[in-house]
Amino acid sequence: MAYTEEELKKELETKEYEYGFYTDIDSDTFPVGLNEDIVRAISKRKEEPEWMTDWRLDAYRSWVEMKEPDWHNVQYTKPDFQAISYYSAPSKKDKYESLDEVDPELLDTFKKLGISIDEQKVLAGVAVDIVVDSVSVATTFRDTLAKKGIIFCSISEAIKDHPDLVRKYIGTVIPVKDNYYAALNSAVFSDGSFCYIPKGVRCPMELSTYFRINQAGTGQFERTLVVADESSYVSYLEGCTAPSRDENQLHAAVVELVAMDDAEIKYSTVQNWYPGNKEGKGGVFNFVTKRGICHNNAKISWTQVETGSAVTWKYPSCILKGDNSIGEFYSIAVTNNFQQADTGTKMIHLGKNTRSTIISKGISAGRSQNSYRGLVQVHPKATNARNFSQCDSLLMGDQCGAHTFPYIEVKNNSAQIEHEATTSKIGEDQIFYCNQRGIDTEKAIALIVNGFSKEVLNKLPMEFAVEAQKLLEISLEGSVG
Amino acid sequence: MLTVKDLHASVEGKEILKGINLQVNPGEVHAIMGPNGSGKSTLASVIAGNEDYEVSSGEITLNGEELSEADAEERAHKGIFLSFQYPIEIPGVTVTNFIKTAINANRKAQGLEDMPAKDMLKNIREKAALLEIDSKFLSRSLNEGFSGGEKKRNEIFQMAMLEPKLAILDETDSGLDIDALKIVANGVNKLKSKDNAVVVITHYQRLLDYIVPDFVHVLYNGKIVKSGTKELAHELEAKGYDWIKQLVD
Repeated sequence: MAYTEEELKKELETKEYEYGFYTDIDSDTFPVGLNEDIVRAISKRKEEPEWMTDWRLDAYRSWVEMKEPDWHNVQYTKPDFQAISYYSAPSKKDKYESLDEVDPELLDTFKKLGISIDEQKVLAGVAVDIVVDSVSVATTFRDTLAKKGIIFCSISEAIKDHPDLVRKYIGTVIPVKDNYYAALNSAVFSDGSFCYIPKGVRCPMELSTYFRINQAGTGQFERTLVVADESSYVSYLEGCTAPSRDENQLHAAVVELVAMDDAEIKYSTVQNWYPGNKEGKGGVFNFVTKRGICHNNAKISWTQVETGSAVTWKYPSCILKGDNSIGEFYSIAVTNNFQQADTGTKMIHLGKNTRSTIISKGISAGRSQNSYRGLVQVHPKATNARNFSQCDSLLMGDQCGAHTFPYIEVKNNSAQIEHEATTSKIGEDQIFYCNQRGIDTEKAIALIVNGFSKEVLNKLPMEFAVEAQKLLEISLEGSVG
Repeated sequence: MLTVKDLHASVEGKEILKGINLQVNPGEVHAIMGPNGSGKSTLASVIAGNEDYEVSSGEITLNGEELSEADAEERAHKGIFLSFQYPIEIPGVTVTNFIKTAINANRKAQGLEDMPAKDMLKNIREKAALLEIDSKFLSRSLNEGFSGGEKKRNEIFQMAMLEPKLAILDETDSGLDIDALKIVANGVNKLKSKDNAVVVITHYQRLLDYIVPDFVHVLYNGKIVKSGTKELAHELEAKGYDWIKQLVD
């Protein structure tokens, strides 16, 4: 099919969200609304120690005083926080010992998600923690990891089984009062993943969490904490999907990473929450706070492929506290139809000889709006800090928008900061060139988009890169996949 | 193989082709020459199915099949190849990945499975050697930062890989130095067979010393005003296009 703007637009609109199924699993859902009693009830349901309950209440009280931020370049109807249920869990409460005990409907869900747990065990060697609605339902490979002293479990279990570790680190990178949604998450988070890599240990496999919102009228507030002790290494993957629903669902997650001296954390996300339909109805509000702290010679690398959600507000950041520490941010954000994304990163250079790299690729189609927002901050004591930023935007059609908001604050003269930005459009001439070689328009767009995103796709672990590539095709095309 | 009958085509309301007739048989090489703006590239684009151009009347048939309903990729699947005058950049897509995608897209259209990686590699190596392309070149982004000569050589490399029935070379000689010109021409000559055909579009006689045409057509103001054998190209070279203009006007 030869390409015209009209045809392209039509084609993009026919995109279908292929993860839009709903699984009918018995679930245990709290009444809607939020108050101190609900916060206490969540904590009680999770059999948490008192310090945790107090910590949540402290967060709740801060949140009540805070205002929802409005500085971002997205427009949406603010959620009614009293109309959301803050806890929903598949009703079997006990952690499953083996997969045989898991609700077959749930296992079916995993199949639809393309996660075959057995297959992953064998082929990919990926340890997976799966969080449906708010509760972690299966963690694979735990024993293998335990032999190396690695802890990988749901955060609820960690609070019970490893309270000292959790208490020591939770809220240290993202304080409860950090921002509106982080405070809300701190008050009501119901599950998430916890990971601890002991000193000198190189985690032998990719650790992975799949998040899924299933129940209607619920919010998902998961909390992830990854601690890499001195000279350790871990690569962590997270994937997310949700059913197609007409109403907006709220997702407000917090991810904290701690990389001690000489440690390295690689954190990769493929976010594919339901984006809403082509008229912009429904979809997930994705308000996420992600931040890591690097001690001396440590390195944190964020890689994200963001294709889903109606509204995204997310800035995975690095605090480069230690000398010689390194922060990296590689991002592909795709918006289509009426999706809005305001995403980027913050690189806070505090230590000497700290380095950061930012590569951001934004792809906008339909009537979507895609913004990059990034802060590079060099503090007075951060001598010889270096940053390289590159922000590229690719536009499809003439009704979408791409925006770049780079903030640079440098208070040390020895810093070297580079910023490059480009904006391009998929050209009819490119499409025709591909068509002439026998490549149809759909495949041509996928080829061009993948080429545009290549620098970031290359940063993903192998098994994720294939999935991400497929996701890009699905997000931007008709019925591929 | 290719029959063009009374073809009229326009772009943005302006008629460029005003009644083209052309018959190309298997095994033949045709050259189309003419001054700037005479419609040479338009003819190539229209045959390839570029929808920027509107065909108002006339017809194009390939092996007896009328093409007006076929879009660009279908025409490619049927064996039409266009070597672009200005090849397009696709950043981040390697020469190898692009040709692999193209080959497999064509195979799929023919109901075949993807070409096995081993065969693909062997094929790429052979064709790269034919055009004296080194392996580093194959991992570069398609046409990005290529010199004029590299772009053209890559076009012919793609042609060699795709083995079209009808290849249209649109000003493949422009931007080539004499050494590159010889390599490219040599490549084209080696790919020639009694079953395929080549249409060479050029301003100059130079390329035709290396790719020797069976027929030469002169295009002027949207019409083929003179046809002949390779001697016509020499005559044009000697007398210049003013000769043609005087002849017609």
